[in-house]
Amino acid sequence: MKNNERHHMAVDKLTDIAQSVYDQLDSGKIPKMMIPLRTKSNIRFDSKSAVWKYGKAMGARSAKKLTGAQMLLRTMYMLEFIEEMIRTSKSSTLREMYYISEGWEKAKFSAQDESNMLAEDLEIITQCMREDFKLRPEEDGARVMGNITLMETDRKGKKKKINCRDDVGDSGYGVPYNVEKDKIEFVDCDADFIIAIETGGMFDRLVENKFDENANAVIVHLKGQPARSTRRFIKRVNEEMKLPVVTFVDGDPWSFRIHASLAYGAIKTAHLSEYLATPTAEYVGITASDILNYDLPTDKLNDRDIQALNAEKTDPRFKDEFWKHEIDLMLEIGKKAEQQALAKYGLDFVTDKYLPEKLTQLGIIK
Amino acid sequence: MASIAHELAKNQKEISVSEFFEKNKQILGFDSLTRALITSVKETVDNSLDACEDAGMLPELLVKVEKSNNTEYIITVEDNGPGIVKKEVANVFGRLLYGSRFHTRAQRRGQQGIGVSAVVMYGQITTGRAAKVRSKISDEDTAYECELILDTKKNRPDIIREDRIIWDREHGTSIEVSIKGKYIGGKQSIFEYLKGVAIVNPHVKITFIPPEGTPIVFERATDQVPPPTRAIKPHPEGVELGELLSMAKYADTNRITSFLNSEFSRISNRVAKDICDAAGVPLTQNPKRLTLEQAGAILDAIQKVKIMSPETDCLSPIGETLIRKGLKNVLGELKADFYAPPVTREPKVFAGNPFIVEVGIVYGGGITKDDPVQILRFANRVPLMYQQGACAITQAIENVDWRRYGLEQRGGHGIPFGPAIILVHLASTKVPFTSESKEAVANIPEIKEEIELALKACARKLKTHLNKTERKSKTRVKFEIVQGIIPMIAAKSAKIVGKPMPKLAGTITKIMNVVWIDDEAAYEKKKHKVQVKIYNYTPKSQNFHLHMVVPFDKIDPKTLGLQPLEVREGNKVTWDIRRIASTDTFELKFDIVGLSQEEYDNELYVSGIDAASVIGVDVLPGDWDLEHLKITGEIAPEEVEDGEEGDIDYDEGAEVIKDEE
Ligand SMILES: Nc1ncnc2c1ncn2[C@@H]1O[C@H](COP(=O)(O)OP(=O)(O)OP(=O)(O)O)[C@@H](O)[C@H]1O
Ligand SMILES: [Mg+2]
Repeated sequence: MKNNERHHMAVDKLTDIAQSVYDQLDSGKIPKMMIPLRTKSNIRFDSKSAVWKYGKAMGARSAKKLTGAQMLLRTMYMLEFIEEMIRTSKSSTLREMYYISEGWEKAKFSAQDESNMLAEDLEIITQCMREDFKLRPEEDGARVMGNITLMETDRKGKKKKINCRDDVGDSGYGVPYNVEKDKIEFVDCDADFIIAIETGGMFDRLVENKFDENANAVIVHLKGQPARSTRRFIKRVNEEMKLPVVTFVDGDPWSFRIHASLAYGAIKTAHLSEYLATPTAEYVGITASDILNYDLPTDKLNDRDIQALNAEKTDPRFKDEFWKHEIDLMLEIGKKAEQQALAKYGLDFVTDKYLPEKLTQLGIIK
Repeated sequence: MASIAHELAKNQKEISVSEFFEKNKQILGFDSLTRALITSVKETVDNSLDACEDAGMLPELLVKVEKSNNTEYIITVEDNGPGIVKKEVANVFGRLLYGSRFHTRAQRRGQQGIGVSAVVMYGQITTGRAAKVRSKISDEDTAYECELILDTKKNRPDIIREDRIIWDREHGTSIEVSIKGKYIGGKQSIFEYLKGVAIVNPHVKITFIPPEGTPIVFERATDQVPPPTRAIKPHPEGVELGELLSMAKYADTNRITSFLNSEFSRISNRVAKDICDAAGVPLTQNPKRLTLEQAGAILDAIQKVKIMSPETDCLSPIGETLIRKGLKNVLGELKADFYAPPVTREPKVFAGNPFIVEVGIVYGGGITKDDPVQILRFANRVPLMYQQGACAITQAIENVDWRRYGLEQRGGHGIPFGPAIILVHLASTKVPFTSESKEAVANIPEIKEEIELALKACARKLKTHLNKTERKSKTRVKFEIVQGIIPMIAAKSAKIVGKPMPKLAGTITKIMNVVWIDDEAAYEKKKHKVQVKIYNYTPKSQNFHLHMVVPFDKIDPKTLGLQPLEVREGNKVTWDIRRIASTDTFELKFDIVGLSQEEYDNELYVSGIDAASVIGVDVLPGDWDLEHLKITGEIAPEEVEDGEEGDIDYDEGAEVIKDEE
């Protein structure tokens, strides 16, 4: 679909929302909107795409309650704002929209989280993407280091060919917020797999140890919980260049969730799982078993960690034997470890021993 | 053997009371340096207030505490009371167990005849200085002044110097004692004590000059001296066997019936006859020759025969109006949200002594939220500062389940937490204290039960208020939705779809779905301007009855728009509210003339309408007895639309899991 068409479709669908609210008011009803519940109990495994998507459970955003009424009002303001942007061919970052809401009186957002969530709500209802609404994230995407060549169209419309190992500095290629075909095309690739890494320190370690060359890997820095563009970028490389993906993260409940959102789909954005998740991604991060097997330096689990682990026990994405075992074991030993704890055995241990062992087990390195 | 007994007898000698107390200072309240100072002020102030009230005068006191050296203070308490005649002065201040209160049953602060002489004694022991007393009675031109000490061996006063001097006041007494002590501020301090005095004695004016800092004046909040209380004879209930026998022995009549009639309260000749009949004691029995068995039978009979409860005019409760006034006057700067209407219970009896319990509760505003509630204990208008834990008042508070009344309390027992101050006053002709220092009320079951009942009655009013506030805040939220947000949603959606602004009445009444009643009683120019606004925010028109407790004869008829349907007992007024259309408003207004501000506050109810459909007032309680007003055809609560109630709330109900930390 052409960009223009997408925007027009977005306007139509947003207007439908306003129409529905108007009609409810006009017929003397309490206006409400039904939205799929974005909870862990309402995600279902979609066997066709092998990712987790929202189920059928719906929640009502009703003007009967104060929060509901406020959110409906914000929705109306946001619709008007988006339609205005599309009409005048402008776009804004989510953060800019948050600040623009300062002028919306009672519809003002009280935190940026709120405006981001509402943008996602609108995506879910209209089945459009926030890019169609001319909204873009301000957060930058990942860094990439490895022998992969792509063609990027820069802001002046000029196409640039970039090899993500030879044409970039030590910090790698920076993934832009838009990684769709109109922006990036993959040209060539000589690598065996992608390794997605949680922390900057470990990314730099692998780069310094020339893991990209020695193991023929594309190293991606996730920067914590990965941005949409990072997940989309990895998925595209996985599908188009046929590279297997592994995630290498810390050994704690939050890192398990990083892997889950990359591989299975995030609960918050399950409406986009098909588009963002890489279901074949494998976990090579620190596990509770690693803590024991490698006798790694650890920290005690705090209350929030324990709570998070227990929540994961009822999270359908972690229902398989591997995760059940690792989560229970972590709770049992009461400890967590960072990926950099591997440095206990020297700076090269991670690239000479830990990763090769794990990757061989998975059959990625032969 | 005998010689040993003689030896031992040599060691026996009379211990004078003063010697005894000198060795047991703690039971008189002098066990620490700070407490000694407070007790000294307390004993002298109590005496001054008793004296003024006995004489029916509005008390005006000066309390001065000066530091004379490191550990010594000079306390001066001056009153405008009747004064003391010269020949009594020395005994009053220089002799323990000498006083006018011990042998009478009357509600007084002083009971034992120990108080002020113990202060004089403590001062002289710790500083070696004599006390200085000055007193003037109105029939004399000059005041009598003396310096005295207490001869602790003999328990007799020793006058060191005496004089007649000119004193520029009509009458009054002033006492000056030097005391070893320590002056502090805080919860247990002279200031707090005087503050307590001012709360329960709103007729008193006290000027306090502390050792440092500016003088503090507690102004009076009323000019009403508490009505005079009189001494009474013992009430038969609770009289003990030995007491009855010794009274009978010294009777000055030869007939048992006239003895009973003249020595006890509430025993008329008829009742006396009934008692004797029930006890099988001949009516002609000479009380002086009453046997133990007969006395026991009379006691049993007293329990069986119906006897009126003791007279109540011998007690002087503070009263609901003045408790509130006193609390507001002294605690005003706390800006509390709510002064629960205080409760004064009917008099009850323990051991022949009538007593009355009063309770007041102050809530919210500047009162700290996270601490245990503050307890203000009073006995015969005297603040009790020490031994809170040992006091029946505290125990009664701990026994109440305050969670039911809107305060926090772990396990429904113990001192509750929350932004509240609880005042309890016990008035009695004889307050049963746990010790001579008069700081804790003894654990008498009858008293504790009364305190609990009073606490609950007052707490219910607090709860009603809290419920009302909560409902009001819920209503406020709904108002915000229908008045603030819905019109904006409507305007925006209309603009986006390019249509005219929709009509909102349907939506608004569905969201509110209540009749909202907002009442106000503003006090202006000696009038209560009462206003009751009724908003029908339901989708239907509404009929119901509105009831108010208001003295009907005080309503200015010119200001009353809608005539009531009925007035009962002069103050139970019912209006018939007819057909307020959906989204319409009705206003009932009138002025009340001739009541003081405290005397009126709105109390209103509705009937003939479903309780869930009204906000702002309660549905009429059963005891209004309005059988004949029952209205048929109550409106049923609005049908819920297409399972709306069953929806999961997208924004509040569901757990949103975030992958991020
Ligand atoms: N300021 C005063 N003006 C007039 N009379 C006073 C004054 N102070 C004391 N009296 C008289 O002196 C008596 C003795 O006072 P004291 O404080 O020793 O005993 P009390 O007040 O009777 O009992 P308690 O020991 O409970 O205080 C009082 O009963 C009262 O008659
Ligand atoms: Mg006294």
